[in-house]
Amino acid sequence: MTVAPNKIARRAFIAELLRHRGQALVATGLGSATWDCFAAGDSPEYLYSWGGMGLAVPTALGLALAQPGRRVLAITGDGEMMMGLGSLAVVGDQAPKNFAVLVLDNETFGETGRQRGLSAGRVDIAAVAKAVGFCDVMTVTEQGATAALGRFLFAQPGPVLAVAKIAITEDPWALPEKDGATLAHRFRTALGLEQA
Amino acid sequence: MSSPVSNWSLDVFRAIQARNITLVCTVPDGGLSNLLDLIEADDKIRLVTLSTEEEGIGITAGCWLGGRRAMIAMQSSGVGNCINALGLPLAYRAPCLMLVTMRGQWGEFNPWQVPMGQAAKPALEAMGVRCFPVERPEEVGETFAAAADLAFNSRTSAAVLVSQRIIGAKGFGQK
Repeated sequence: MTVAPNKIARRAFIAELLRHRGQALVATGLGSATWDCFAAGDSPEYLYSWGGMGLAVPTALGLALAQPGRRVLAITGDGEMMMGLGSLAVVGDQAPKNFAVLVLDNETFGETGRQRGLSAGRVDIAAVAKAVGFCDVMTVTEQGATAALGRFLFAQPGPVLAVAKIAITEDPWALPEKDGATLAHRFRTALGLEQA
Repeated sequence: MSSPVSNWSLDVFRAIQARNITLVCTVPDGGLSNLLDLIEADDKIRLVTLSTEEEGIGITAGCWLGGRRAMIAMQSSGVGNCINALGLPLAYRAPCLMLVTMRGQWGEFNPWQVPMGQAAKPALEAMGVRCFPVERPEEVGETFAAAADLAFNSRTSAAVLVSQRIIGAKGFGQK
């Protein structure tokens, strides 16, 4: 399924969505998903990444299995998700109730020059997730869908996955700390696992 | 289990329990079957079956970031799938503990296994993983324990490479 041209402006959409997160932990895939969360207002409960393409869902899954009492949301892009598509089957098999995935789908490789992505055509990431055992999936195409999307991602029994069909936009740079050890220390300190 | 449990598998299993490693990711290998059976039968250890080995690198890093000790068990061919992913635990300075059963070295029957079997150790070392090859079954348990302690205490990546000599070459019914 393709919805074009996509209308959702990613930065405002993510900022509005994250107002609904409550106590949820957020792990982001490399590139724009990381910039969007940082631009929305930094938090030590956000785990950023700057690399490891394809590992956003596995990393967030590990986090969810380590923190069963906390909601965990992975936010990533369509290209990053396609590289780790098999990991959706691992999530489906493990079936963590506290786990959600949001794919920001602009149907392009945005960071590298907006080359066409696989989700631009016949590939439906939400349908894949449903087929590999996610409890529920949804596709969002409207800017105003954040309240319903927030309930879906942060409260509905998981694993759940949503695809947001986002527009191709030119956004100002918003780059968080990039030293991984610093990010890990900050995150683990927020969880009470390390001393500040 | 149809065959007796190998002593080295039991030694590794006990070292896993003693170090409070409570999640094991795997793409199975014949050489790991005894250990995986022991893990599956233990309700304190979660067995996570992967679609490809690099997922385990993300999952174990995510577990550590959330306060849980995890590891990955795989065949040497899976090492090749992990190369780019191995940058992630290095960047976070997260521990990464791998148990690798080797193919493509001691009496290998299948030529398709040889290239990655030969490249597994140098490829891991190129990505900053400390490698601990083991040639004798009685040394697997203590080597695994030492590698696990190194990985978790000094927050580094460590791989125990269990020689095909220990596991035995798969003969496909031929000699």
